[in-house]
Amino acid sequence: MLASQRHTYWLLIVPAVLLMLVFYIYPLIQVLWISVTEPYFGLQNYEALLTRPLLHRIWLTTLRICLITTVITVILGYLVAYAMAKVGERQRTTMMFCILLTFWLSVLIRAFAWVMLLRNGGLINSALMSLGIIDSDLPLLRNEFSVIVGMVHFMMPLAVLPIYSNMSGIDGRYVSAARGLGASPWEAFWHIHLPLSKPGLIAATILVFVFSLGFFITPAILGGGKVVMISEYIQVSFEETLRWGQATMLASSLLFAVLLTLALVARFVDLKKVFGAR
Amino acid sequence: MESAGLAKKPQAEGRAASHSLSIRNLSKYYGALAAVDDVSIEVERGKFLTLLGPSGSGKTTILMSIAGFVQPSAGEILLDDRPITNLPPDKRNFGMVFQGYALFPHMSVEDNIWFPLRVRGVSRAEAAKSVTASLELVQMAHLAKRLPTQLSGGQQQRVALARALVFQPDLLLLDEPLSALDKKLRADLQWELKSLHARLGTTFIYVTHDQEEALSMSDDIIILRDGKIEQMGAPGELYERPVTRFVADFLGKSNFIRGQSTGADGNSFRVAVQDIALQQAGRVAANEAVLIALRPEKISVSRTRPSLPNAIEGRIAAFNYYGSSYHLQVETGGLGDLIVTVPAWKCEIDPAIGNSIWLGWEPDASVVVRDN
Repeated sequence: MLASQRHTYWLLIVPAVLLMLVFYIYPLIQVLWISVTEPYFGLQNYEALLTRPLLHRIWLTTLRICLITTVITVILGYLVAYAMAKVGERQRTTMMFCILLTFWLSVLIRAFAWVMLLRNGGLINSALMSLGIIDSDLPLLRNEFSVIVGMVHFMMPLAVLPIYSNMSGIDGRYVSAARGLGASPWEAFWHIHLPLSKPGLIAATILVFVFSLGFFITPAILGGGKVVMISEYIQVSFEETLRWGQATMLASSLLFAVLLTLALVARFVDLKKVFGAR
Repeated sequence: MESAGLAKKPQAEGRAASHSLSIRNLSKYYGALAAVDDVSIEVERGKFLTLLGPSGSGKTTILMSIAGFVQPSAGEILLDDRPITNLPPDKRNFGMVFQGYALFPHMSVEDNIWFPLRVRGVSRAEAAKSVTASLELVQMAHLAKRLPTQLSGGQQQRVALARALVFQPDLLLLDEPLSALDKKLRADLQWELKSLHARLGTTFIYVTHDQEEALSMSDDIIILRDGKIEQMGAPGELYERPVTRFVADFLGKSNFIRGQSTGADGNSFRVAVQDIALQQAGRVAANEAVLIALRPEKISVSRTRPSLPNAIEGRIAAFNYYGSSYHLQVETGGLGDLIVTVPAWKCEIDPAIGNSIWLGWEPDASVVVRDN
């Protein structure tokens, strides 16, 4: 009876498993396979990762931008989540709506919106000029600054939501108790609220960092070819220089980087707990 | 100990352990609703004062105003004649035990207790002695390394108490500290709280909706209703001489008998309830409507008519057995249904439904209360 029930459960997940195998696992294996067989069998593509300065530079740029983006996004996300946890019900609904609204806008549209704002003669530059603060256009576009601005903007909901969901579960009496026991508002925040919101912070950091690593559209548009991150270079290798061996190797290294990040974090925290799987 | 860090926060060192508190014309409005309405309270130093009332009576709002978490709409709070109404909570130096305890879940028991000393600039090493002493005070020294989640409710309560006392606060505020515990544990902790209060001499202000807790521990009780003080006094005074129907009903149980005064008779006066004449201690002018509150345990039961000034025959309509006592519901006709508590041990009557029994009581067993 029990065994047959278990069979039924397996049957139920068969379509999902098949879907994963055909559309996810198979292409993934294909990518890994090409990375060690193109142009000929061997690890020469991975060797290039160690020896070619260009690849070093791209990887370093990617890591630097991802780290900066993550730090800024998580800090800003924490502030927004903190405000959301403190305001009244109506303001909270409005704030939540605004955060989700950005999800519904195409990433392409948002990247181009930033181009409009940041370009020479764009809204920001012309406003600053007409106020007499600057004489000539500030270089706001096609650099790491613009890429980070665009990425932080895109990543914000990914930081706010886990932090907020954790924070809304923190009993307000802990901070009150700390105040009553003699802690200043800052001390109560630092010793009590911040440590209690750590799971949300960790979840947000992982989410944002991992998402940032493979980011493509925003860096491609706002970097304007000057700031090349790994995903953009993969695309170039695939479509323009047609070096599939290098492209698949870089894609694989991206995958390993994500797994490595998770493995590193897992040494310090219980990931299942952080992401609520327990 | 006398480091610079200590100077920035109020510290009990070198001060008298107990303090008095005055609350003058305190009001707190939430919109048009008055949670606390013009309440004045004097707490003498070293007393155990209980604020007792049903939910929504304003007792917690008063406590939170004392603690500094609620800013009063009007009125003043003074500690030893020093106004503290506008001080933030962390500048008041009051210990507080929250409902649900609010132990910091990410800190061990000893770190929880160190916390108030830590924010006063006392290092872990310096604090070790006080922390241990405080844990010993509540018999929790053996669990110092545990996390709060690894403790039972009663143990958490003790840790919360130790944390609130470790910095020798000027006042100890307790917000329904026993409400989450089971009945037996609650009774044990009532003894402990009371003896702790006696040993420390600190002024305790205790909020509860549990009349038994209020009666068993307090020096004084303030009964609150709809944000106003209904009556205050020592537990025995409130129990024996409730002024209003609300107090007689909220503090213990009472039977209520409505009648008409028919004039004085020595030290007492006569009350007519339909065609029944009762004798009631006190003095009320003739032809006034009176409401009499009669405690169930002050009624004596017998099989034959007792030689008491007030006696009536009735029929047992229902009874509950509580081990030590029976609670009988007796139909009396003229006086309506009366609840009577009789000791179960060597009970003179047979408490079976339908049995006829006599009820009787002295004129001073009951009190006249204001109906409200």
